[in-house]
Amino acid sequence: MNQAIRIMLAKVGLDGHDRGVKVVARCLRDAGMDVIYTGLHRSPDEVVTAAVQEDVDILGVSLLSGAHMTIFPRILKLLEERGGQDILVVGGGVIPDEDVDALKKMGVKEILLQDTPPQVIVETLRELVDARGPR
Amino acid sequence: MGGPLASAALLPRLYAGEGAAIARMLTRAEAATPEAREALAEIYRRAGRAHVIGITGVPGSGKSTLVGKLTRALRATHRKVGIIAVDPSSPFSGGAILGDRIRMSELATDPGVFIRSMATRGSMGGLARSTQDAVDILDAAGFHLILIETVGVGQDEVEIAQASHTTIVVSAPGLGDDIQAIKAGVLEIADVHVVSKCDRPDSFRTVADLKSMLAMGAVLSRGGWSVPVVATSSERGEGIGDLVSAIDRHREYLHHSGALRARRQRIAEYRMLKTAEDLLRRRFAASRAGRVADLAERLAARELEPYSAAEELLNSAFGSTYHE
Ligand SMILES: Nc1nc2c(ncn2[C@@H]2O[C@H](COP(=O)(O)OP(=O)(O)OP(=O)(O)O)[C@@H](O)[C@H]2O)c(=O)[nH]1
Ligand SMILES: [Mg+2]
Repeated sequence: MNQAIRIMLAKVGLDGHDRGVKVVARCLRDAGMDVIYTGLHRSPDEVVTAAVQEDVDILGVSLLSGAHMTIFPRILKLLEERGGQDILVVGGGVIPDEDVDALKKMGVKEILLQDTPPQVIVETLRELVDARGPR
Repeated sequence: MGGPLASAALLPRLYAGEGAAIARMLTRAEAATPEAREALAEIYRRAGRAHVIGITGVPGSGKSTLVGKLTRALRATHRKVGIIAVDPSSPFSGGAILGDRIRMSELATDPGVFIRSMATRGSMGGLARSTQDAVDILDAAGFHLILIETVGVGQDEVEIAQASHTTIVVSAPGLGDDIQAIKAGVLEIADVHVVSKCDRPDSFRTVADLKSMLAMGAVLSRGGWSVPVVATSSERGEGIGDLVSAIDRHREYLHHSGALRARRQRIAEYRMLKTAEDLLRRRFAASRAGRVADLAERLAARELEPYSAAEELLNSAFGSTYHE
């Protein structure tokens, strides 16, 4: 049976609004995915707990606050500790070019910067899940 | 990587309450992978201890927020709580936005709480096809109380009453004219009524309307149980303790009156019938394939009428054993 891709969208840190995330959530739903949105101001601990319970294929973490170099390693480590190591982590928001490579080396699968067109987001996520294979 | 882990291998970890194993089993149940069937059967044999609480009510009536507050109060009694929150899939794309969890953020890191969101995927009645498998999984994993939040319903989607021991119907002020927003059929399934958002001044009217509607329909008591109306405010934390005690009183009542047995039987019967229907539908879909286009063509050309066309389709799918 062909299951819908499950994705969780999380906003970590102090950014004030979630208009962008909500737009992305609707695009992904319209592409046939199940989208879990956790709301604003979540901590890495909360996000990882939710992602593991929901057994999502993809955890999309969006941040504008510049704390990515500390938050992503924290999320990856917590996922590992809680048995969620096969959850694919994708970053979004505002992340400077020079950090993108470092994040990918750490284990973040993809970085989708703020102006990525919805169709590209959808295709990228599908490819990531296909490449992972069944689990 | 050795490929996907066998479902049977998840079981010991699941019984030990390990989050990732519970979560993966829920995914397998939702996908209905044939591989998972034996593990689900074992889970079913083991489950049956949890008390299952269904929470239904029109969209926006405050169900998720209430589930958050209620769960916090239940946790004070040291019981572990599993939550299954169902939201509708889009009929157009098949995708879904599962947003109930946002309202339960206060539970986010409580190790005695497990929250899972599910999409309906075309299932009617307010639940998903595998919601009851999910109940068993959480039950077998050691959760004492399992709360099911249905999709926001208001018509005659009363399936939740066939899946839970205690059914809570939530009504809220300011949604439509009055209590009419929720139809009588839904009101009748309640073991406990909640009027939410009682911090709002118009909630008094909702409580009064509800009580008079219940009095008219004579569903204020059933067996030896008189259906309470509890006013709550998630915003102010009011009435939540009353709701906990209403639930516990209902649970006691079910145990002592013998009504629990009847309820369990009803849940089992309903589940068996639903599973059988599901199987039948799938077999039909698989075996009718070759005939649909040809019969439809003859039907469109008016060489057949709809009833005979349908009968012929069934005959060819299930053999000549099909007769009305
Ligand atoms: N004033 C007031 N507003 C509330 C209360 N509880 C919930 N709300 C608000 O009601 C709206 C809907 O709340 P939810 O908990 O999402 O309602 P729901 O029934 O789960 O909604 P669906 O899952 O979409 O059917 C939100 O804007 C809440 O903030 C309350 O006790 N008082
Ligand atoms: Mg809700």
